[in-house]
Amino acid sequence: MSGEEEVDKSKRRMLLAAATAMGGVGVAYVATPFVVSMDPSARAEAAGAPVEVDISKMQFGQLLTVEWRGKPVWILRRNQEMLQNMQSLNEQLRDPHSDELSQQPVYAKNDHRSLNEEYMVMIGICTHLGCAPTFRPDLAPQDLGPEWKGGFFCPCHGSRYDLAGRVYAGVPAPSNLVVPPYRFVTSTRLLIGVDPEHG
Amino acid sequence: MEWLKTTRDWLDARFPVMDFWRGHLSEYYAPKNFNFWYYFGSLAILVLVIQILTGIFLTMNYKPTADTAFASVEYIMRDVKWGWLIRYLHSTGASFFFIVVYLHMFRALIYGSYRKPRELLWIFGVIIFLLLMAEAFMGYLLPWGQMSYWGAQVIISLFGAIPYIGNDLALWIRGDFVVADATLNRFFAFHVIAFPLVLLALVVFHLVALHSVGSNNPDGVEIKQKKNDKGIPLDGIPFHPYYTVKDMYGVVGFLIIFAAVVFYIPEMFGWFLERDNFVPANPLKTPEHIAPLWYFTPFYAILRAVPDKFLGVMAMGASIVLLFLLPWLDRSPVKSIRYKGWIFKAALAIFIVSFVGLGYLGTVPATPVATWFSRLFSVLYFVFFLAMPFYSKWDKCKEPPERVKYK
Repeated sequence: MSGEEEVDKSKRRMLLAAATAMGGVGVAYVATPFVVSMDPSARAEAAGAPVEVDISKMQFGQLLTVEWRGKPVWILRRNQEMLQNMQSLNEQLRDPHSDELSQQPVYAKNDHRSLNEEYMVMIGICTHLGCAPTFRPDLAPQDLGPEWKGGFFCPCHGSRYDLAGRVYAGVPAPSNLVVPPYRFVTSTRLLIGVDPEHG
Repeated sequence: MEWLKTTRDWLDARFPVMDFWRGHLSEYYAPKNFNFWYYFGSLAILVLVIQILTGIFLTMNYKPTADTAFASVEYIMRDVKWGWLIRYLHSTGASFFFIVVYLHMFRALIYGSYRKPRELLWIFGVIIFLLLMAEAFMGYLLPWGQMSYWGAQVIISLFGAIPYIGNDLALWIRGDFVVADATLNRFFAFHVIAFPLVLLALVVFHLVALHSVGSNNPDGVEIKQKKNDKGIPLDGIPFHPYYTVKDMYGVVGFLIIFAAVVFYIPEMFGWFLERDNFVPANPLKTPEHIAPLWYFTPFYAILRAVPDKFLGVMAMGASIVLLFLLPWLDRSPVKSIRYKGWIFKAALAIFIVSFVGLGYLGTVPATPVATWFSRLFSVLYFVFFLAMPFYSKWDKCKEPPERVKYK
């Protein structure tokens, strides 16, 4: 081959571009199984099965923690005083009427964020960065200030929630605590992980 | 000794041994005025080697499952012969890696080693710093203590702050709905093979770039601009034997301090190994106070200073991204602090106070006073970088010398 001849490079470039594009598609296909293999496995998803809880022995003001999908789920039995105190807090909260719909099922979008106003069910993981907030039912403790009406305090970054898991304004956590799907099987047995049979 | 020469010639005819030796050691000319600050590059390589060697031996007894990880670390500490030493070398090595790398980066900051033509060298270095943070973070999950677990939970949740894809991304990283066995197992894979390979490649790129542009020096003078008739820089000396010997001296000094920590204070009063991490991971109970290890705390304090989840994550990310931009933010006519004016020196002093202050604040609980100080220092941290294009231009600099000086 002599170097003098003019070489038409446009065909080469076209072939090169086509081969690169096809190769890219191939790479994407081959990468898919590897990427998807890092998603939760079938076993991890199966472990998300519903959990049944007996709440017949719960006292007023008692907090029960059960595990569902590896997460702590809190069940809190609130008395009338707690429920009344909660309603006086609305102005200090970021989302007092649970307008952010992803944080609870529709049947828990109400003043008390629950099916039965006495029993609050929520996931005990701070919506900021996933710590477990501590239960602080005491009124006006020294470290939380005189305005404190009982609730949950996250020790990691100082986020505050009321007794319905509603987040205070001006704290790092952006949203209310998540209410998982749940139903009452009987008046004293809860099933966590599935919605009520009739809406 | 004839056989030595024969062997060398045999090798050299088949592999460029002598080219490499001359190009990177005996005829690689480095500025003659390196000082104390120039120890930390070679020390970083030393620590990397320590981490890889001790890490290999730790994997021989470590078991990466949620049921066995904590117990296998205790097994290494108590029952494996000399296991305690290997583990303490590795855990102390992690903290020393960051000490050395932070000092190495500080050196670049004061002598302007990131300036043209060393921008890419600096960028490779910042990528190494990022990889090192990821490597340290994943390694810290492996003992499966309370702080391992909750630290990982917090950091992975950071990805959840990204709009739309955040929660799915965090789920994909964890491989489960919370940090669990799947997370531990994959972090082990990343920590022992994936990231070390990338890290080693980047170290090679960093060194290739360095040996291509040549080292900066405390005067910020380009020694390649003044060469003798053989093309050798007038202010250069061969790396070997001059700097190999100097660096070995540094290695000995470093190892004395390193060994003293490994043997006498491997936990460093909770700074290198946190007390809560001697409790096995409990997914249902968060420790009262979560603090990352000391080398992450400045960035963690920036995260906490912002009262909004997404913006907090963005601020933390930005605090590192700014490092990449440093070569273009600095508009000073000179490189080295020796010839810069009072404005840069004042800005640097404020930056040091802010960075160390943030580092401290990241370790303490988020009280209102601590949060306000974090906000102040975070603002100063950003101002140091973002105002640099202006103050580095206004600064009254001295004329740098033509040739390097000893000081």
